[in-house]
Amino acid sequence: MRPTTLACCLALGLIVGLAGCGRSEKPAAPAATGATPAKAPMIFRVGNGSEVQDLDPQTVTGVPEHKVIMALFEGLVTENPKDLSPMPGLAESWTISADGLVYTFTLRPNLRWSNGDPITAPEIVESFRRILSPSLASEYAYLVYNFVAGARDYYEGRLPDFAQVGFKAPDARTFVVTLNHPTPYLLKIMASHYSWWPVPTHIIAQHGPLDRKRLPWTKPGNLVGSGPFVLESWEPNKLISVVRNPHYWDAATVKLDAIHFYPTEDLATDERMFRTGQVDMTYELPNTKIDAYRRDYPESLQIDPYLGVYFYRCNTARPPLNDKRVRQALALAIDREAIVKHVTRGDEQPAYAVSYPGNSGYTARARLTGTIADAQRLLAEAGYPGGKGCPTIELVYNTSQNHRAIAEAIQQMWRKHLGVNVELRNEEWKVYIDMQQTKNFMMQRGGWIADYLDPHVFFEIWESDSGNNNTNWSSPEYDRLLHAALAAKTDAERYELYQQMDAILVDELPVIPIYYYTKVAARSKRIKGFYPTLLDNHPYKYIHLAD
Amino acid sequence: MLRFVLRRLLEMIPVLWVIVTATFFMIRFVPGGPFTAEKAVTPEVLRNLEAHYGLDKPLHRQYLDYLGNLLQGDLGPSFKYANRTVNEIIADKLPTSLELGLWSLAVALTVGLTLGVLAAIRRNTWLDYLCSSVAMTGISVPTFVLGPLLVLFFAIHLGWFNASGWYGPADRVLPAATLGCVYAAYVARLTRGGMLEVLGQDFIRTARAKGASEVRVVFRHALRGGLLPVVSFLGPAIAGILTGSFVIETIFQIPGLGREFVNSAFNRDYTLVLGTVILYAALIIVLNLVVDVVQVWLNPKLKFE
Repeated sequence: MRPTTLACCLALGLIVGLAGCGRSEKPAAPAATGATPAKAPMIFRVGNGSEVQDLDPQTVTGVPEHKVIMALFEGLVTENPKDLSPMPGLAESWTISADGLVYTFTLRPNLRWSNGDPITAPEIVESFRRILSPSLASEYAYLVYNFVAGARDYYEGRLPDFAQVGFKAPDARTFVVTLNHPTPYLLKIMASHYSWWPVPTHIIAQHGPLDRKRLPWTKPGNLVGSGPFVLESWEPNKLISVVRNPHYWDAATVKLDAIHFYPTEDLATDERMFRTGQVDMTYELPNTKIDAYRRDYPESLQIDPYLGVYFYRCNTARPPLNDKRVRQALALAIDREAIVKHVTRGDEQPAYAVSYPGNSGYTARARLTGTIADAQRLLAEAGYPGGKGCPTIELVYNTSQNHRAIAEAIQQMWRKHLGVNVELRNEEWKVYIDMQQTKNFMMQRGGWIADYLDPHVFFEIWESDSGNNNTNWSSPEYDRLLHAALAAKTDAERYELYQQMDAILVDELPVIPIYYYTKVAARSKRIKGFYPTLLDNHPYKYIHLAD
Repeated sequence: MLRFVLRRLLEMIPVLWVIVTATFFMIRFVPGGPFTAEKAVTPEVLRNLEAHYGLDKPLHRQYLDYLGNLLQGDLGPSFKYANRTVNEIIADKLPTSLELGLWSLAVALTVGLTLGVLAAIRRNTWLDYLCSSVAMTGISVPTFVLGPLLVLFFAIHLGWFNASGWYGPADRVLPAATLGCVYAAYVARLTRGGMLEVLGQDFIRTARAKGASEVRVVFRHALRGGLLPVVSFLGPAIAGILTGSFVIETIFQIPGLGREFVNSAFNRDYTLVLGTVILYAALIIVLNLVVDVVQVWLNPKLKFE
């Protein structure tokens, strides 16, 4: 019996030994600046998706990066917490010239970086010189050089002298931007997109040449910013912690003592962390959990509209999709209500046009209308009555349960109503993107999430030479309207041009719209000062946690 | 023995070279690259990015540059994580994976050996059936099922542990138990088989006839031989455990190398793929060598050849 006893003791000892370690403390809370000593520091803990690439606003792309950078940096204009409309940020005021080409910003007095150094207009000019340096190879440089006078020529080396580019600092508190053409939504981009937020060039220069990639200036201890918070620690794949920035111009408004960003690549893990109280808010919520949350935790389930559209992209150079009647027939044979109700289940809005409805006061008048009988008639007119003779359509989507479920539902609808055969094919993300960009597909699932809050964001991508069009579809009339919209004097005039473009898109259907996104997350009721916004941006300085 | 070890280490060089070369070219032939993104970068930006990382040079030139840097111990910059190098990422993540691996190994060996020995000495009794069933279950239940189940029970219902993370000592328990259980199951089955074979041999009967106690027979005489199959299994298994488990590290949000290993391929982070593959290959080769040495030590019939 002795060996049995010995072994049992060993096994038991190990289990007790491991379990005996007890529940660990959460990572030590950073010392709160400005909080009363009796109160525990107010720490907002959020699931933040995948690990961030970097925290340099001029070189990163991606949503998790944006979420952290919003705490660390601020633009000349910033976002209203309720509707994201532009409001004064680092600049206290601005004027726009009558022709809409010259923006003159006045910086706040005594503006400081998070290390206490002054923020001046010449340094902001220097910051824009950095993002336009070819050797920095900033992926969002185009969001600057598409608009600013001379910027594209400078970026592409045709203009060697940066003084010719439309960024000027006549004095320490005045910053002037000159544009190529009027851009009515420029302030919205400046408020919402980090590529327009100044970086501390005098700090970056301490680590190496300003235009060199991969300098260590963003590491904790080095990073200096202009936002309401400052980087305290960054342990890759573990935790990013930011604490109040005492030098922030509006520090009095900031209520949180710290924000902890947890990388939560796996949505299921994120959700479990929410249930054990490790995070106050998840990055997203898997669709499969929505029903359970509706039933068990309705108070934690948050579904907000999200400025994006889910569609099927057609390769208009390949038969049968080269015939617009086939595209129209396919578009009409989709029961969008059934898809959002039974498949996606996240309160999405069915999409009958390409642009997002109600975005900055714009809603398309053109709509997909027609019955199944119309769809069948269109298909017959195209030469495929009852689907006879119609080549099998290969539909490609990136590997995901969600996309597959939607594709299967639509496959059934098309087979049932039109007699069209669809073959489903899933591909790994980068292969799927590569197929899209080389136009090596017949039909592909796609989506477009807006970077800024203006209807324009849904129209610029379908321009003939846009790198994001990828449908082989082009329309000179559409391109002409797009350029006319940029030159429009008023929003009313501009929106009227967008109406004509929406009508073209609904008629030609290079993409078949299916639904408008929603943002689904689990969020604690303790979170206050947090408003649903179309871009899912939530300025942190207004957020606090109730007891 | 020294000659044997040295020769095996020298043999490692061409093997690693083949692995590096195959990986280098294979990852390049996969569609998509490190800068392939849903929002397409403009051609000018793409050109500048490729120039920065040397991707504009001909492929053979890039390969020679990489080998040159590799010989100096430089694994290059990560494409995805802009302010970190592959050396830094490995130095940062490997210790975490090692720690998780050691805890899991402790679980695997303790539980596995115990179950295996018990099953063997009580062959065809209820105890044997119980241990074998536990081991079979361990092999059949994948970690991505066991992990969330443990979290559901111990973290969400009982509230004893965090659901995920790697902060305090308690955060080691659930991941180590999950990963350890799978290996424990294999160890148990191999131990049982090995022990049964040895226990039936003449020298065991001789030991018993000479009046050795059952404990002495099992632990002194039988276990050494019975462990041989376990040892050959442990070589590659340890390499796998130490370099991290993608599934465990993802489920429990552990900042280890296993996730980097898999995600680097999804991200087309060419240098990180190569760095982790080289590390993994080197570890497997070295651990197999260790296994061979241990086997000679355990089995007097073998010699270094």
